[in-house]
Amino acid sequence: MRKIIELKNITKAYDGQVVLDNINLDIYDNEFLTLLGPSGCGKTTTLRLIGGFESADAGDVIFLGENINDVPPYKRNVNTVFQRYALFPHLNVFENVAFPLREKKVPRDEIEQKVQDMLALVALTGFENRSVTSLSGGQQQRVAIARALISRPKVLLLDEPLAALDLKLRKDMQAELKKIQKATGITFVFVTHDQEEALSMSDTVVVMSEGRIQQIGTPVDIYNEPENAFVADFIGESNILDGVMLSDYRVAFSGHVFDCVDSGFSKREAVDVVVRPEDVDIVAEDKGMLKGVVTSVTFLGVHYEIIVDINGFKWMIQTTDFVDVDEHIGLYIEPDAIHIMKKSEYSGLYGDYSSFSNELDELSDAESESEE
Amino acid sequence: MRNKHTSRGSLVQRLTLAPYSVWASFFIIVPLIFVAYYAFTDSEFNFTFENITRFFTATSSVTENGVDKEVHTYLVIFGRSLKLAVISTIICLIMGYPIAYIISRASARAQKIMITLIMIPMWMNFLIRTYAWMTILQDTGILNGILESLGLRPVHIIGTEAAVVIGMVYDYFPYMILPIYSVMAKMDIRLIEAARDLGCNSVGVLRRVIWPLSLPGVISGINMVLIPSISTFYISQKLGNGMFYLIGDAIEGQYIANNLHFAAAIAFILMVILLVCMALLQRATSRKTAV
Repeated sequence: MRKIIELKNITKAYDGQVVLDNINLDIYDNEFLTLLGPSGCGKTTTLRLIGGFESADAGDVIFLGENINDVPPYKRNVNTVFQRYALFPHLNVFENVAFPLREKKVPRDEIEQKVQDMLALVALTGFENRSVTSLSGGQQQRVAIARALISRPKVLLLDEPLAALDLKLRKDMQAELKKIQKATGITFVFVTHDQEEALSMSDTVVVMSEGRIQQIGTPVDIYNEPENAFVADFIGESNILDGVMLSDYRVAFSGHVFDCVDSGFSKREAVDVVVRPEDVDIVAEDKGMLKGVVTSVTFLGVHYEIIVDINGFKWMIQTTDFVDVDEHIGLYIEPDAIHIMKKSEYSGLYGDYSSFSNELDELSDAESESEE
Repeated sequence: MRNKHTSRGSLVQRLTLAPYSVWASFFIIVPLIFVAYYAFTDSEFNFTFENITRFFTATSSVTENGVDKEVHTYLVIFGRSLKLAVISTIICLIMGYPIAYIISRASARAQKIMITLIMIPMWMNFLIRTYAWMTILQDTGILNGILESLGLRPVHIIGTEAAVVIGMVYDYFPYMILPIYSVMAKMDIRLIEAARDLGCNSVGVLRRVIWPLSLPGVISGINMVLIPSISTFYISQKLGNGMFYLIGDAIEGQYIANNLHFAAAIAFILMVILLVCMALLQRATSRKTAV
């Protein structure tokens, strides 16, 4: 695969506040890459650097092997779908989409043809003469995409484009964006804070936090093999526990020794252990590897989400079997459900559900807080 | 879109608006009715068109380049007023637009400071401002003092149309900047970024996005400069040495000569002409902006 964009040792600070800290990232041809992270993690700044709206304090932006640090946005073969679309309110749908072509002095009938093709691609045929301010959020979104794609850029940058849409529409647009990306073969760089969105749409996910890249990988890698406690917590739900590697394939946590599939750690190395809520089986108390008391149960349709207190640490478990509050249960964990991570600066910050809020555990919350 | 159902509002709403309605009708509508009433009556308060026709037909003889000729007194005065007002407005627009843009892109603190600086002269009475310009522009004034100390030839400005235009531009400049600035300050910065992203260089961004979106501000700026400068008086008397009698001066003159009915007629005609002009301007631009 061909590298389209390379970010090399990018560092950027605003007023002494570091927003990007030595970012290195390769973006390949025809890939759907997502920058994922909480607000303030630097994902939008990274996007704006590629678009040319920001310049790095240090480091290089390489486009097809050429350094484009000093190339202004209008000369970059990259277009952006802005967060709130940024459609031109004084122009109708047709003129918004035709905007880049008019700037390039493309002949009139060619513009007509290209705009019609684009509007067909985003399912807006017949909307040519509508005012953009009269469109719904989803339609405005489509105009923004058509306008950004009409010049056939090498890369399309999308800055949280679905954030303003309601859930149903967001799901539809996710599928549609994916379809458009496949149909056009253009590289998409997508920014979101929604991990579900990132997992379902991307070829590659880049997890960012505090201006640094935490992990780059496929959605499956990111979910199953998180690099550290931050990634494990941010992507999906995770129980993250302090553990000790006794030897290869043997780890101790929560007062029990488990078999696992990880190796390569030094003997008695302290580690973070991740167990996904859906990977824990509930068994009778006397048959469990771990024993605990159910403190809350929430019905979520597909499954129940229960919080179990095991020696003071609150686990989240997803199960289709009904258990009741205050029930004593046993937990059984398969070796391949256990994922071992190196200790990091994020260790101990995430993965305990004692502050997990819903109506049912308000009481226990109040208790645990008063204990501190 | 047309809204067919205009809500009439509750009784409470209408009652809370009542003080304003009374105020508006008393200080805006009633005076206008009086102007119209005086314009169409003679000194005995009998209905007449005479004041109106006098505006269009009155003639006087002038000497121009040594040749005596008869001209329509008030039409000439009106034409002169219009010319100077249009020139002043254009100068205000050309100078004010970039300044408004620069201010709107500055930091919040800098914006506040610059807007305050622009408004400070407005806190002074315009008679005083006009006198200040007299002392600057006089043949032995400050400007020529500076020119002479630099070894340059003195210029004769006072008593020329240029002096009157300078005075008008100075007086009405803030009224051009402020409405344009307020539209530009509200403009979404991302629209400018979008235009740059879609292939516009700085000139393209200005021509295709900033200018069309700032048109409402430009229109109200033009209104706010053109209307007062067309009816201005005193500036021409002081800076033009009374050589350029303007329509405002004509109204003032008739008023001082206790000729209220004709003064009202001139004011009335001026008002009608301006209303028509503004309506045309509004229509031309609204067609351009709303597609």
